Amino acid sequence: MASKNTEQVPGADGQSTGRRGWLQWAGQTLGALSAIALGIPIVWYLLGPVLRRRSEAWLDAGKLDSFSVGQTKLVDMRNRVGRPWSGESARVAAYVRRRSQKDFVVFAVNCTHLGCPVSWFSQSGLFMCPCHGGVYYADGSRAAGPPPRGLYKLPHRMMGGRLQIKISHLPTLAEPA
Amino acid sequence: MKGQKKGLVAWFEHRLQLRKTIGPMLRHPVPRNLGWKYVFGSATMTLFIVQVVTGIILAFVYVPSADEAYQSLEYLNEQHTLGWLLRGIHFWGSSAMVFMMFAHLTRVFLTGAFKFPRELTWLMGVGLFVCTLGLAFSGQVLRWDADAYWGVGVGAAMMGRLPILAKEVVHLVLGGQVLGAATLSRFFALHVFILPGLLGAFLAVHLYLVLKLGISSPPKPGQRVDPKTYHEQYEKLLENGEPFYPNAAMKDAVFSALTVLALVAMAWYLGPKGPSGPPDPTVIPAEPRPDWWVMPIFALLALSPRWLEPFLMLGLPLCLLVIMILIPLLARYGERSPLRRPVAVVTVILLVPIYWVLLAYGYWAPWSPHMHAWSGTPVPPSMLKGLSPEELMGAVVFQNKTCRNCHSLDGKGGKRGPDLTTVATLLNHNELVRQVIQGGGLMPAYGKQLRPAEVEALVAFLDTLRPKDEPRPRQTGPKEIFPGESSGSTTNGAP
Repeated sequence: MASKNTEQVPGADGQSTGRRGWLQWAGQTLGALSAIALGIPIVWYLLGPVLRRRSEAWLDAGKLDSFSVGQTKLVDMRNRVGRPWSGESARVAAYVRRRSQKDFVVFAVNCTHLGCPVSWFSQSGLFMCPCHGGVYYADGSRAAGPPPRGLYKLPHRMMGGRLQIKISHLPTLAEPA
Repeated sequence: MKGQKKGLVAWFEHRLQLRKTIGPMLRHPVPRNLGWKYVFGSATMTLFIVQVVTGIILAFVYVPSADEAYQSLEYLNEQHTLGWLLRGIHFWGSSAMVFMMFAHLTRVFLTGAFKFPRELTWLMGVGLFVCTLGLAFSGQVLRWDADAYWGVGVGAAMMGRLPILAKEVVHLVLGGQVLGAATLSRFFALHVFILPGLLGAFLAVHLYLVLKLGISSPPKPGQRVDPKTYHEQYEKLLENGEPFYPNAAMKDAVFSALTVLALVAMAWYLGPKGPSGPPDPTVIPAEPRPDWWVMPIFALLALSPRWLEPFLMLGLPLCLLVIMILIPLLARYGERSPLRRPVAVVTVILLVPIYWVLLAYGYWAPWSPHMHAWSGTPVPPSMLKGLSPEELMGAVVFQNKTCRNCHSLDGKGGKRGPDLTTVATLLNHNELVRQVIQGGGLMPAYGKQLRPAEVEALVAFLDTLRPKDEPRPRQTGPKEIFPGESSGSTTNGAP
């Protein structure tokens, strides 16, 4: 294709037409190569949050004794999954309900409707959401309003007389817990 | 002196040659008597320039880091010379830009200015529309407070409902698995570099097309757009036209200047927005609310049936975008006058009030429980006079079991459920008991939270509020109510 071109269009300044064809070819090819060389790292970099290996952290929620049987308690912890300069936004809260001596259930504070923070009312045994009025029962199941499901339950374990909660991501319907 | 000045002007003109480049642009012919409805586009652009300037100025002080952004906003508000005013201008400027853009969009839509040959001008406008809303939303995130934190959380929750790649998209929005420093950084890059750059590019093409194709003439009923004759007609119209500068240009300038003056006055009197509470997700009694122009969506998501929600969150914005792109491609020719385009007029007449009503509803938010009503809004003492111990106990139950968060008495309290002052004139004893125990509609079932004696006391209290001259509803039969019994709607038995 390029050679055909060079035969038909003679150089105006008497330069060899082959050289002009070569330059056009080189300009286009090198241009494409440089775009790829720049583009791939840029796209890879931008997709980092999706491609990166997942991290998770077991966070200390307090002594087992600090939770009474039958009670729901709000605990706050410091998340280690995010970046070190996350400030206050790295704090993370969860509701711990001690169902029996050895049985705990931990709820994320995020409403399953749109993620707003639900408040716990021990008097009526309900969680209420301030955004669109979603309501949940003490066991986390949906009671009323727009939420599509019950509260997200977070993984937890007992270690050395303390309760630990696993935090790895912001819970959403796509990735509950 | 005068000769010197002339010499200086000539010196620059000899090099810049503005008479040959800018000159023809300023003098390009436009139809005569364009009127004042053509000024919204240039006002939107003026506001964009104001946003760029004030944004750069704010970046002198603002720290785009999750652990210091909040502090730097407070510093701007409280300590930095006129920091509060600059923040105010930038905040209200964003509102004004969104507002003017909608005004311009409505004018262009109603006068059919998007028709042949200006389809591409409209499509560039759609790009500008998306960029402007993107800038307004991302700016809201940079105000790194509780509203910003939960606002991004709501965005992530919406993305979490995507049918495919939901998890990946959530992580892309957040910049990782959690909401935090990475999130702020990417919204900063988006708000400060990517979106303004993109907007500038769309704007350049938009303006280039306005210059190349000329401003659309005010439409006349019966004057149909026909690609065969359009250009000829337009040329003829321009023979009677006038140069853009000074008449039309000065109308733009006057309106833009008034807009900027109003903006500065607004910022001066109303000040900046926020920051509200710190972006700390362990502060639970947060009541996050979006900026005003997102309020209608906030309201829509509270009012819509649950099955429709995924569509409203994800499908509707996409549909609106596709419709906007299709408008100039499907309605290319024919009438431009709103007098001959009833569908366009009805669309605007319907959409504009719906938007404003939903917006007002969003601020009222009757669906949001009043989180502090149970402790902060007592039963009016006048309602407690002369009550029996059981009825008094009912009032305590009503207060303590957070009924007040959703139900008002005498108009005070939550609005999620109905005001219960006169509920005993609508529901009889059994129906009240059943509603309390089983819930239904928007109300949770209280069967497990209340002892039978508490339910009886509560119903007895509600009965005392019934006006004495109004009868109790007829008893529909000796129905025994047990928790878990599933009978139909509770309001059926009302007379």
